[in-house]
Amino acid sequence: MTDTTQEPVHSSNQTGDISRSYWSDVWRQFRSHKGAMAGAIVFFGIIFATLLGPWFYNVDATFIDIRSRNQGPSFDHPFGTDQLGRDILARMMAGGQVSMAVGMTAMLISLILGTLVGVLAGYFKSLDGPLMRLTDLFLALPLLPLLLVIILLFRDPLNAAFGPEGGIFILMVSAIGITSWMQAARIVRGDVLALKEREFVLAARSIGTSRTMMIMRHILPNVLSPIMVSATLGVANAIITESALSFLGLGFPPDFPTWGRLLFDGVDYLQQYPERVIFPGVAISLVVLSVNYMGDGLRDALDPRIRGR
Amino acid sequence: MLTYTIRRLVLAIPTLLFISLVIFLLLELAPGDPMANVPLTVPDEVKQRMREALGLGEPVHIRYIKWVIQFFWVEPLHIINNLFGTSFAADAQRVISWQSRSPVADIIAERMPQTLWVVGMSYLIGVLIALPIGIISAYKQYSWFDQIGTFVAMVGFSVPTFFTGVLLIVIFSVNLGWFPSIYDTTHEVTDWDSFVFQLKQIVMPVSVLALYNAAQISRFMRASMLDNLNQDYVRTARAKGLKEKTVVMVHVLRNSMIPVVTVIALGVPTVFGGAIITEQVFKVNGLGQMLIISIQGNDLPMVQTLTFIFAILIVLFNLIADILYGVLDPRIRYD
Repeated sequence: MTDTTQEPVHSSNQTGDISRSYWSDVWRQFRSHKGAMAGAIVFFGIIFATLLGPWFYNVDATFIDIRSRNQGPSFDHPFGTDQLGRDILARMMAGGQVSMAVGMTAMLISLILGTLVGVLAGYFKSLDGPLMRLTDLFLALPLLPLLLVIILLFRDPLNAAFGPEGGIFILMVSAIGITSWMQAARIVRGDVLALKEREFVLAARSIGTSRTMMIMRHILPNVLSPIMVSATLGVANAIITESALSFLGLGFPPDFPTWGRLLFDGVDYLQQYPERVIFPGVAISLVVLSVNYMGDGLRDALDPRIRGR
Repeated sequence: MLTYTIRRLVLAIPTLLFISLVIFLLLELAPGDPMANVPLTVPDEVKQRMREALGLGEPVHIRYIKWVIQFFWVEPLHIINNLFGTSFAADAQRVISWQSRSPVADIIAERMPQTLWVVGMSYLIGVLIALPIGIISAYKQYSWFDQIGTFVAMVGFSVPTFFTGVLLIVIFSVNLGWFPSIYDTTHEVTDWDSFVFQLKQIVMPVSVLALYNAAQISRFMRASMLDNLNQDYVRTARAKGLKEKTVVMVHVLRNSMIPVVTVIALGVPTVFGGAIITEQVFKVNGLGQMLIISIQGNDLPMVQTLTFIFAILIVLFNLIADILYGVLDPRIRYD
């Protein structure tokens, strides 16, 4: 008896090994998208440069050497120094770490919020109306002015609670996360609504699957692809928002470099040292561009209609 | 259609009231005190009286209702006064800025034209650039024009406006010296030379915003054209022997414009938001710069009014987009 039941399981495992799996299929399609591959290489290159760079180039980003201020690129300082003699390459790497960390964390928050709202609204009919009204309301809020206001209001209390760097990081990340979950929620809700009517959900329900298990095992894995696409685009959005806020002077404190902050500081020395604006600006643009290309490729790779070709 | 429009307009009122409440309560938490700049020698009782004169003595809900009355009733009456020379509600309390102690509406009216000029021009130019690019890219899909268009759109979409603005200043003001880097709003156009100067100073802010807008809209235009070019009615039109120009420019274009028009309408409020940064870069003293100044100066009535105006724009253009969609596409009728 046990033999006969094990047999089909075994054989299906074998065919699974031979045929291409879903993710290797996606990866093959992603690799064939030239822009996406170039984007991925640039993006991970910049991440490695900001993370591993300080290991090879261990100059303190906040060390003030007033004697060697405003220097051009040299062997000691490959990107030159700023008006206080701080090394710009070291500041770029430190700033990159912060900007990336803000981008990733804010994206995670907005993704979790968006997926939660989307799945709840799509799966539970009674929650659909109120949650979607809430989403519409958030979409009608003027986000950039509100972000500026939120940062003005909560900067000082949070700085007192978590220190000037931790406080503004928490504030920045949560403010961006709370104001950018709506698109993901809408997309996820639409997909969940369609999935709910499919036969496999009916089958799962007929064998008595609980609601939590239904969502975790059957619904969530199937809405993973739109979530992944909005995750990549969310990183780009968060990095741009962070640097825009820093650029308006309402972001991180001056001695705490981020790319947006470096750009903001560089604008004052625009005429004499334009490279101080160009380095951080190019870094932000490159990251956002590469992330957008990756998102494009991922969208194509995860779309079964395109992948079939 | 008319009932739908009316219903949406009526529904917009509670939405706006709720948004205004959210903004009001958020600003209620603000730590700033309008008396912070008053000298320390002024006794506390006097400061308290000054606060009450600004309307700060009352509980939250009363102040909110007062603000709603001021914003929705008193201020519109004053606009009518200015337009027709009448004198409604002349002695009613208006929304007063804490920084300049003059009515918020007057300051906004002063700064509105600059923002409208820069933002309006850039959006118009952005749309005018985007539509032909989108049409050609779709018609010649995967041609070199399409490839370049896609790349430029991606770059325009990805490079943040504060960087493009600064980059243009570095290239065209600092190195080439063609255009002024600061937008002079006191400049008046009287003759040809001053017109040329006006043109020169508006080129950079407008092109920064126009590039960003054109990038997004051209993508939508291309996608929408591609959707329509493979439809059956296009084959029918060609089979009838219509000229290719008529097929593309009349049949396909009209149908492709339906979603694009709504995207254009939906984009207007975001453009105002984006203008905050561009105005800061080029030192245009418009509404966006006013918002930043009043946020830094803790001028809460100003912040509240400006934020709420942005909210009204969003709700209004969402409404316009929805109604346009119904008007343009006969298949969609809201009943």
